[in-house]
Amino acid sequence: MAPTQMKQRVEEIEPFEAAQEIEGGDVVLVDTREPHEYQEAHLENGRLVPPGLLADEIAEAAPDKSARTILYCRTGNRSFLAAEQLEALGYTDVASMAGGILAWQEQGLPVVAASGMTAEQRDRYSRHTLLPEVGVDGQLKMLNAKVLLIGAGGLGAPTALYLAAAGIGTLGLVDDDVVDASNLQRQVIHNTERIGRPKTESARLTIEALNPDVDVVEHNFRLDSSNIVELLSEYDVIVDGADNFPTRYLLNDASVRLRKPVVSASILSFDGQISTFVPHEGPCYRCLYPTPPPAELAPSCSANGVLGVMAGQMGLLQANEVLKLVLGIGEPLVGRLLLYEALSTRFTELKVRRDPNCPICGDNAPDIPDSELGKFPDYEAFCAG
Amino acid sequence: MATIRIPPVLRQQTGGQTEVEAAGSNVGEVLRALTAEHPATEEQLFGPDGELNRYVNVYLNDEDVRVLQGLETAVKDSDTVIIMPAMAGG
Repeated sequence: MAPTQMKQRVEEIEPFEAAQEIEGGDVVLVDTREPHEYQEAHLENGRLVPPGLLADEIAEAAPDKSARTILYCRTGNRSFLAAEQLEALGYTDVASMAGGILAWQEQGLPVVAASGMTAEQRDRYSRHTLLPEVGVDGQLKMLNAKVLLIGAGGLGAPTALYLAAAGIGTLGLVDDDVVDASNLQRQVIHNTERIGRPKTESARLTIEALNPDVDVVEHNFRLDSSNIVELLSEYDVIVDGADNFPTRYLLNDASVRLRKPVVSASILSFDGQISTFVPHEGPCYRCLYPTPPPAELAPSCSANGVLGVMAGQMGLLQANEVLKLVLGIGEPLVGRLLLYEALSTRFTELKVRRDPNCPICGDNAPDIPDSELGKFPDYEAFCAG
Repeated sequence: MATIRIPPVLRQQTGGQTEVEAAGSNVGEVLRALTAEHPATEEQLFGPDGELNRYVNVYLNDEDVRVLQGLETAVKDSDTVIIMPAMAGG
């Protein structure tokens, strides 16, 4: 009696072995799962051939039957069966990865996603991706966006919170102050335990607990003309939540030069204002307010008071503007100044025009050195010249 | 009579009122009616040359009067004049 032909057992290799072979080159890597699984995560250079289509599509994915061909699936079961099929089709150097992509990831080996999002992210942002105006593409834009917030206080707090929730991938926070009990009436990103700690640190802790996808960069220093240009260059959109005029004018001058959009709001007592400045497309802050008022006409919240909810109301309008800019949808408040009065719950919209003679964004605006950013030009000389 | 909306920083000078009615055929006259009734607002609005202070924005309905005819801009009874200095609070 002839010896029973032993069924050739399909070669199985461990993920780390597969990784070594792949790194060595000359490996054809085949993913034997379904398209939606592939979308979520797959091995780089893995070619998708779903099990039901194996016979039809393997020739295209793996034309050379003598080439080293490694198959993987989710747990190693489907790839094992697929490997058997390939051997029956005449492939001579086939292996199945034991444990599949699950074992691969458990061993810390990297995967890529066609959709760019992990399964957890697809769940977390599902209420965004359901919106046709956002979708997966929009959510990816948000995850890749870098937004800088000037001030992690009244306006910065709610804006940062909701931008983090939305999945803005990088949030820079500029603030050199520490948390004070009087902040907690409106700066809800902080809490009682954080009193005395730097605001940027406190904000980072809250954001990390809310959304681990967000990378918070703390800029624990005071902005000035020597550091602002480099800082702004690293970000896509700036949120102005400053509490003083010099910073607002400095930010304006630098953002116009670098062509960075700024979402700018301010609050006092029961009133808020907000506008969005996109350099050269619309007006800049100086077109709107060529000169700051004297001190007695510009009290601070600490001197004058502010209804706590004002910070939330205007801060969230700021967050909304940021999302529209990042996503490229809707109409941002460019050329529009929105006034909100909380006592009457009334919104008023005013037109803001580009000033052709603006010393910063006007057609004849001169180039100025960094040291002049935020300063006031000699208007008479400028207009005469 | 036109309606003038008073910004938070000037409400103390208008006895707490957020809106004041004032008569006048142009923006200049309407604002002068305000300063006549509430003299403490004069210094904040007008410079010694009688011109609007550069740091105060005045809107006729939704348009900055500087892009219109300034203080000569005509005003109707149904119009609103909004006084708006910049706010820095954040």
